[in-house]
Amino acid sequence: MTGKAQYTQFHPRWYRPRVPVLWWLRRRSYLLFVLRELSSVFVAWFVVFLLLLVYAVAQGPQDYQRFLDWSAAPGIILLNAVALSFVVIHSVTWLFMLSPHAMAVRLRGRRLPAAAIGAGNLVAWVLVSAIVLFLVLG
Amino acid sequence: MSKRSTEPLLWLLFSAGGVVAALLIPALLFLFGLAFPLGWVSPPHYAHLAAVLGHPVSRLGLLVFCVLALFHWAHRFRYALYDGLRLKHLEGAINLLCYGGALAGSAVAGYLLLTPW
Repeated sequence: MTGKAQYTQFHPRWYRPRVPVLWWLRRRSYLLFVLRELSSVFVAWFVVFLLLLVYAVAQGPQDYQRFLDWSAAPGIILLNAVALSFVVIHSVTWLFMLSPHAMAVRLRGRRLPAAAIGAGNLVAWVLVSAIVLFLVLG
Repeated sequence: MSKRSTEPLLWLLFSAGGVVAALLIPALLFLFGLAFPLGWVSPPHYAHLAAVLGHPVSRLGLLVFCVLALFHWAHRFRYALYDGLRLKHLEGAINLLCYGGALAGSAVAGYLLLTPW
Protein backbone atom coordinates (compact mmCIF):
# COMPACT_ATOMS: atom_id res chain seq x y z
CA MET A 1 0.00 0.00 0.00
CA THR A 2 1.47 3.25 -1.04
CA GLY A 3 -1.46 5.19 0.40
CA LYS A 4 -2.15 6.80 -2.92
CA ALA A 5 -5.61 6.38 -4.39
CA GLN A 6 -5.86 4.98 -7.87
CA TYR A 7 -8.09 7.18 -9.97
CA THR A 8 -9.47 6.17 -13.29
CA GLN A 9 -8.46 8.23 -16.24
CA PHE A 10 -11.95 9.50 -16.90
CA HIS A 11 -14.03 10.98 -14.13
CA PRO A 12 -17.43 9.32 -13.93
CA ARG A 13 -20.38 11.62 -14.40
CA TRP A 14 -23.91 11.43 -13.09
CA TYR A 15 -26.61 10.82 -15.65
CA ARG A 16 -28.89 13.78 -15.10
CA PRO A 17 -31.32 14.51 -17.88
CA ARG A 18 -32.08 18.23 -18.05
CA VAL A 19 -35.67 19.04 -17.16
CA PRO A 20 -36.89 22.45 -18.31
CA VAL A 21 -38.60 24.69 -15.74
CA LEU A 22 -41.81 24.64 -17.79
CA TRP A 23 -41.99 20.82 -17.97
CA TRP A 24 -45.58 20.90 -16.73
CA LEU A 25 -46.82 22.64 -19.89
CA ARG A 26 -46.00 19.60 -21.99
CA ARG A 27 -49.05 17.53 -21.17
CA ARG A 28 -52.59 18.18 -20.02
CA SER A 29 -52.25 15.80 -17.08
CA TYR A 30 -49.07 17.58 -15.94
CA LEU A 31 -50.82 20.95 -16.19
CA LEU A 32 -53.79 19.68 -14.17
CA PHE A 33 -51.39 18.41 -11.51
CA VAL A 34 -49.73 21.82 -11.20
CA LEU A 35 -53.09 23.64 -11.14
CA ARG A 36 -54.26 21.29 -8.36
CA GLU A 37 -51.13 21.99 -6.32
CA LEU A 38 -51.51 25.75 -6.92
CA SER A 39 -54.98 25.63 -5.33
CA SER A 40 -53.14 25.73 -1.99
CA VAL A 41 -52.15 29.36 -2.69
CA PHE A 42 -55.84 30.28 -2.87
CA VAL A 43 -56.57 28.30 0.29
CA ALA A 44 -54.01 30.54 2.01
CA TRP A 45 -55.57 33.65 0.42
CA PHE A 46 -58.95 32.63 1.79
CA VAL A 47 -57.50 32.40 5.32
CA VAL A 48 -56.22 35.98 4.91
CA PHE A 49 -59.62 37.11 3.55
CA LEU A 50 -61.46 35.41 6.43
CA LEU A 51 -59.18 36.95 9.06
CA LEU A 52 -59.75 40.41 7.52
CA LEU A 53 -63.50 39.80 7.87
CA VAL A 54 -63.13 38.63 11.49
CA TYR A 55 -60.99 41.68 12.27
CA ALA A 56 -63.52 44.04 10.66
CA VAL A 57 -66.43 42.52 12.62
CA ALA A 58 -64.39 42.73 15.83
CA GLN A 59 -63.78 46.45 15.21
CA GLY A 60 -67.44 47.38 14.77
CA PRO A 61 -70.27 48.08 12.27
CA GLN A 62 -68.35 50.77 10.32
CA ASP A 63 -65.38 48.49 9.73
CA TYR A 64 -67.72 45.67 8.70
CA GLN A 65 -69.33 47.98 6.12
CA ARG A 66 -65.87 49.04 4.92
CA PHE A 67 -64.95 45.36 4.50
CA LEU A 68 -68.12 44.78 2.42
CA ASP A 69 -67.31 47.80 0.23
CA TRP A 70 -63.70 46.69 -0.21
CA SER A 71 -64.75 43.15 -1.15
CA ALA A 72 -67.00 44.62 -3.88
CA ALA A 73 -64.04 46.28 -5.66
CA PRO A 74 -63.63 44.76 -9.16
CA GLY A 75 -60.10 43.53 -8.46
CA ILE A 76 -61.12 41.73 -5.27
CA ILE A 77 -64.18 40.16 -6.95
CA LEU A 78 -61.95 38.94 -9.79
CA LEU A 79 -59.39 37.54 -7.34
CA ASN A 80 -62.11 35.77 -5.37
CA ALA A 81 -63.68 34.37 -8.56
CA VAL A 82 -60.30 32.89 -9.56
CA ALA A 83 -59.78 31.66 -5.97
CA LEU A 84 -63.21 30.00 -5.93
CA SER A 85 -62.52 28.09 -9.14
CA PHE A 86 -59.18 26.83 -7.76
CA VAL A 87 -60.78 25.87 -4.44
CA VAL A 88 -63.50 23.94 -6.27
CA ILE A 89 -60.75 22.06 -8.17
CA HIS A 90 -59.22 21.31 -4.76
CA SER A 91 -62.53 20.14 -3.25
CA VAL A 92 -63.45 17.89 -6.19
CA THR A 93 -60.02 16.30 -6.51
CA TRP A 94 -59.56 15.96 -2.75
CA LEU A 95 -62.99 14.60 -1.82
CA PHE A 96 -63.69 12.40 -4.84
CA MET A 97 -60.37 11.46 -6.42
CA LEU A 98 -57.75 11.46 -3.68
CA SER A 99 -59.24 10.50 -0.33
CA PRO A 100 -61.50 7.64 -1.54
CA HIS A 101 -58.33 5.88 -2.71
CA ALA A 102 -55.97 7.04 0.03
CA MET A 103 -58.24 6.19 2.96
CA ALA A 104 -58.55 2.54 3.93
CA VAL A 105 -61.78 2.42 5.92
CA ARG A 106 -62.56 -1.05 7.22
CA LEU A 107 -66.01 -2.18 8.21
CA ARG A 108 -66.34 -5.67 9.73
CA GLY A 109 -62.96 -6.63 8.33
CA ARG A 110 -63.77 -5.55 4.79
CA ARG A 111 -62.41 -2.48 3.08
CA LEU A 112 -65.08 -0.02 2.03
CA PRO A 113 -65.11 0.58 -1.76
CA ALA A 114 -63.78 3.96 -2.95
CA ALA A 115 -67.21 4.93 -4.31
CA ALA A 116 -68.75 4.61 -0.82
CA ILE A 117 -66.14 6.96 0.67
CA GLY A 118 -66.68 9.41 -2.19
CA ALA A 119 -70.44 9.33 -1.55
CA GLY A 120 -69.84 9.91 2.16
CA ASN A 121 -67.62 12.88 1.32
CA LEU A 122 -70.34 14.33 -0.91
CA VAL A 123 -72.85 14.08 1.95
CA ALA A 124 -70.34 15.74 4.30
CA TRP A 125 -69.70 18.54 1.78
CA VAL A 126 -73.42 19.26 1.34
CA LEU A 127 -74.01 19.10 5.11
CA VAL A 128 -71.12 21.43 6.00
CA SER A 129 -72.15 23.90 3.26
CA ALA A 130 -75.74 23.89 4.58
CA ILE A 131 -74.48 24.59 8.12
CA VAL A 132 -72.33 27.47 6.79
CA LEU A 133 -75.30 28.96 4.92
CA PHE A 134 -77.49 28.61 8.02
CA LEU A 135 -74.91 30.23 10.32
CA VAL A 136 -74.07 33.12 7.98
CA LEU A 137 -77.54 33.91 6.65
CA GLY A 138 -79.36 33.01 9.84
CA MET B 1 -35.52 16.30 16.05
CA SER B 2 -34.34 15.23 12.63
CA LYS B 3 -36.04 16.40 9.46
CA ARG B 4 -37.24 12.89 8.69
CA SER B 5 -39.25 12.56 11.89
CA THR B 6 -41.22 15.79 11.38
CA GLU B 7 -42.46 14.72 7.94
CA PRO B 8 -45.38 12.52 9.17
CA LEU B 9 -46.63 15.33 11.42
CA LEU B 10 -46.44 17.85 8.59
CA TRP B 11 -48.22 15.41 6.28
CA LEU B 12 -50.95 14.92 8.89
CA LEU B 13 -51.49 18.69 9.14
CA PHE B 14 -51.50 18.91 5.32
CA SER B 15 -54.05 16.14 5.09
CA ALA B 16 -56.38 17.46 7.81
CA GLY B 17 -56.10 20.95 6.30
CA GLY B 18 -57.03 19.55 2.90
CA VAL B 19 -60.23 18.08 4.32
CA VAL B 20 -61.39 21.20 6.20
CA ALA B 21 -60.47 23.45 3.25
CA ALA B 22 -62.39 21.24 0.80
CA LEU B 23 -65.50 21.17 3.00
CA LEU B 24 -65.64 24.76 4.27
CA ILE B 25 -64.09 27.16 1.76
CA PRO B 26 -66.38 26.80 -1.32
CA ALA B 27 -69.56 27.86 0.55
CA LEU B 28 -67.88 30.66 2.52
CA LEU B 29 -65.94 32.02 -0.45
CA PHE B 30 -69.02 31.90 -2.68
CA LEU B 31 -70.98 33.95 -0.13
CA PHE B 32 -68.39 36.54 0.90
CA GLY B 33 -66.40 36.64 -2.34
CA LEU B 34 -69.16 36.68 -4.96
CA ALA B 35 -72.78 36.51 -3.71
CA PHE B 36 -72.64 39.46 -1.27
CA PRO B 37 -70.36 41.79 -3.31
CA LEU B 38 -72.35 41.21 -6.52
CA GLY B 39 -75.69 41.69 -4.78
CA TRP B 40 -77.05 38.18 -5.47
CA VAL B 41 -77.75 37.74 -1.75
CA SER B 42 -77.98 40.54 0.79
CA PRO B 43 -75.15 40.32 3.34
CA PRO B 44 -75.99 39.49 6.98
CA HIS B 45 -76.60 42.34 9.39
CA TYR B 46 -73.69 43.32 11.59
CA ALA B 47 -75.47 42.22 14.79
CA HIS B 48 -76.09 38.72 13.45
CA LEU B 49 -72.53 38.17 12.24
CA ALA B 50 -71.12 39.64 15.45
CA ALA B 51 -73.28 37.24 17.46
CA VAL B 52 -72.14 34.22 15.41
CA LEU B 53 -68.47 35.23 15.58
CA GLY B 54 -68.82 36.22 19.23
CA HIS B 55 -69.58 32.66 20.26
CA PRO B 56 -66.47 30.89 21.62
CA VAL B 57 -67.22 27.66 19.73
CA SER B 58 -67.27 29.33 16.31
CA ARG B 59 -64.08 31.26 17.10
CA LEU B 60 -62.29 28.12 18.28
CA GLY B 61 -63.54 26.28 15.20
CA LEU B 62 -62.31 29.06 12.91
CA LEU B 63 -58.91 29.03 14.63
CA VAL B 64 -58.51 25.28 14.08
CA PHE B 65 -59.60 25.78 10.47
CA CYS B 66 -57.09 28.61 9.90
CA VAL B 67 -54.14 26.72 11.40
CA LEU B 68 -54.85 23.52 9.46
CA ALA B 69 -55.51 25.36 6.19
CA LEU B 70 -52.28 27.35 6.53
CA PHE B 71 -50.21 24.20 7.13
CA HIS B 72 -52.00 22.59 4.19
CA TRP B 73 -50.82 25.50 2.04
CA ALA B 74 -47.28 25.35 3.46
CA HIS B 75 -46.80 21.67 2.72
CA ARG B 76 -48.35 21.66 -0.74
CA PHE B 77 -46.76 24.91 -1.88
CA ARG B 78 -43.36 23.70 -0.70
CA TYR B 79 -43.56 20.65 -2.95
CA ALA B 80 -45.03 22.72 -5.80
CA LEU B 81 -41.90 24.91 -5.64
CA TYR B 82 -39.59 21.87 -5.38
CA ASP B 83 -41.09 20.03 -8.33
CA GLY B 84 -42.97 22.62 -10.37
CA LEU B 85 -40.19 25.20 -10.52
CA ARG B 86 -37.31 22.74 -9.93
CA LEU B 87 -36.12 24.61 -6.82
CA LYS B 88 -35.05 21.71 -4.61
CA HIS B 89 -31.66 23.37 -4.11
CA LEU B 90 -33.35 26.28 -2.28
CA GLU B 91 -34.79 23.91 0.33
CA GLY B 92 -33.81 25.97 3.37
CA ALA B 93 -35.31 29.23 2.13
CA ILE B 94 -38.49 27.50 0.88
CA ASN B 95 -39.05 25.70 4.20
CA LEU B 96 -38.59 28.97 6.06
CA LEU B 97 -41.06 30.75 3.75
CA CYS B 98 -43.69 28.01 3.90
CA TYR B 99 -43.66 26.74 7.48
CA GLY B 100 -42.53 30.10 8.87
CA GLY B 101 -45.40 31.75 7.02
CA ALA B 102 -47.86 29.17 8.33
CA LEU B 103 -46.61 29.68 11.91
CA ALA B 104 -46.82 33.47 11.60
CA GLY B 105 -50.31 33.26 10.10
CA SER B 106 -51.41 30.91 12.88
CA ALA B 107 -50.13 33.37 15.47
CA VAL B 108 -52.10 36.21 13.85
CA ALA B 109 -55.21 34.01 13.68
CA GLY B 110 -54.79 33.06 17.34
CA TYR B 111 -54.40 36.70 18.33
CA LEU B 112 -57.50 37.77 16.38
CA LEU B 113 -59.71 34.87 17.44
CA LEU B 114 -58.67 34.26 21.05
CA THR B 115 -58.43 37.80 22.43
CA PRO B 116 -61.75 38.96 23.89
CA TRP B 117 -63.65 41.53 21.80
